Amino acid sequence: MPREELMRKARIMDADRMDRAIVRMAHELVENESDLASVALVGIRTRGVPLAERLAAAIEKTEGVRPTTGTLDITLYRDDLSTIAPQPLLKKTELDFDVAEKVIVLCDDVLFTGRTARAALDGLMDFGRPRAIRLAVLIDRGHRELPIEANFVGKRVPTSSRETIQVLFRETDDVDEIWILERT
Amino acid sequence: MTAESIRSKDLLGVETLDPDEIHLILDTAESMAEIGRREIKKVPALRGRMVVNLFFEASTRTRFSFETAEKWLSADSLNFAVKGTSVEKGESLLDTARNLEAMSPDFLVIRHSSPGVPHFLASRLKTRVINAGDGAHEHPTQALLDALTIRQRKGRFEGLRVAIVGDITHSRVVRSNIWCLTKLGANVTLCAPPTLMPAGIREMGVAATSDFAAALDGADVVMMLRVQIERGGGAGLPSAREYFTHYGLTRERLALARPDAIVMHPGPMNRGVEISSEVADDVERSVILSQVTNGVAVRMAVLYLLSGGSPESWGDGA
Repeated sequence: MPREELMRKARIMDADRMDRAIVRMAHELVENESDLASVALVGIRTRGVPLAERLAAAIEKTEGVRPTTGTLDITLYRDDLSTIAPQPLLKKTELDFDVAEKVIVLCDDVLFTGRTARAALDGLMDFGRPRAIRLAVLIDRGHRELPIEANFVGKRVPTSSRETIQVLFRETDDVDEIWILERT
Repeated sequence: MTAESIRSKDLLGVETLDPDEIHLILDTAESMAEIGRREIKKVPALRGRMVVNLFFEASTRTRFSFETAEKWLSADSLNFAVKGTSVEKGESLLDTARNLEAMSPDFLVIRHSSPGVPHFLASRLKTRVINAGDGAHEHPTQALLDALTIRQRKGRFEGLRVAIVGDITHSRVVRSNIWCLTKLGANVTLCAPPTLMPAGIREMGVAATSDFAAALDGADVVMMLRVQIERGGGAGLPSAREYFTHYGLTRERLALARPDAIVMHPGPMNRGVEISSEVADDVERSVILSQVTNGVAVRMAVLYLLSGGSPESWGDGA
C-alpha cells in the first residue's frame, strides 16, 4: 500500500504568535477561575504537556502563583484500541495531587474529533471527582465527532478532511511553530 | 533502537525476544505500575477481551498475578484448573485447547509441567498464547519482572553482576533469567551443588561454580532459587539442613556480595533451606515483595502489547 505523504501547506503561527496566544489563554483562564489556588493544569501526552507548563508559567508571571501541573496518558482509554495495531506506546501518567475539589484544566495541542478529550475525561474521573473540568487547546480544527467543546482556544482553524495540523514545541520538537499539512 | 511492538503473536519465552522488545515490555510495565498505586485500579484498555488461564500445574502467585493484571485492564477471565474439568476424564491437551478456542478467547495463559506445551498450542491455535511456565524450560514473565525489579534498583544491566544460586537443573526461572539478563548485558554466575548443576549450562553464556562464596564475591544481585522438592530437587540433596549449611543465604554470606547488593527470590520461599528469615525479611536488601508487585505490571504490559493484532494485519498504524 503506497503511503500518502503529508506536505507542509502553510505556517499558521511562529514562536511569537504562539507565545501571544498562550499568554492570552492564560489571561482568560485567570479571569474565568476565581480561585486560582484550586486550579490544576493537566497536559495530555504528548504535546498537551508543554502547553500546560507554558500556561502555568504565564499565569505565574502575572499572578505570582504557579498552578499545579500534571500529565495524563490517555492510551489505555482510547476507543480504537481494538482496531489499531500495533499498540500505541504507553507512557506514564503523573498526577501528584488529589484531583478531588480541584478545577482541572485539560490541555492539548489540537482539538479535532473530541475523542482524545473524551478519553481524557474518563481517565481523569478514575482518579477522583474534580469540582470541574475545563478544556484548553492551542488549535481547534473542527470536525467534531462528539459533543465536546473547548473553554480556552488559542486559534480556530477551519480545515478540510485532507488537511491536518502540526504543532511543534521547543520542548518536544526544538522549535515553536504550527503548520497546516496536506495529504498529497 | 526501540521496538514499537512485540513481533510475535505469542509470548512463549525470553529466548526469542530481542533486547529492544524486552526494553519495550519493561518501559510499558513501568507505566502500568502507576495504575496499581491508584485508588481505582482499573483501566478500560482490554474491555471485551477474554483471557483463559489454563493452569495444568499448581500456582498461586503466577495465577493470581495474571488474574489481577487481567482485571486491572478490564479483560474477562476464565480460570481453568485440571481438577473438576474434562482433563480428568481423559481429554487430550489439544482437544481441550481447541474446545476453549471455540469460545473465542483472545489469550490463553498456560502453565504445564511439560516443556514445549505452550509452543505446541501456539503453533496450532489462532489465539495468542502466553507461557506461564512450561516444565523446567521457560517462565518468561518471571524473568521480565525480575529484570524490571533489577532496573528499578540498579538503573542498568550493562556490566551488572548477578549470582543465581540454587537448584539450576529443575528451574525454568533460571533459564528465562539467563536469556533475559545476558541479552541485556549483565554478567550471570550460576551456583549450585554439582548434583543440581546441569551439564553444558555454560554454553548459555554464563559462568558456573559450586563455590557459593566465589559466586557471591562482588555480586550486585543475588537471586536465590527454590529447592524444588516436588520436581525431584530433593533427590540431589542429602537434607534440607545440609543444603542450608552450604548454600543457604545468611547475613554472613550476604556480606561477601557488594554492600548494596539486592536479594531476590521468585517464591515460594523455603525459609531455613535456601534463605534465612533474617535475609528474606531485611527491607534494605530483600526486594522479594517488589518482585510480586512488579509481576502484575509486567503481565499487564505483556497482555496490552500482545493485544494489538498480529504483524501481518498491521497497516500504517494510524
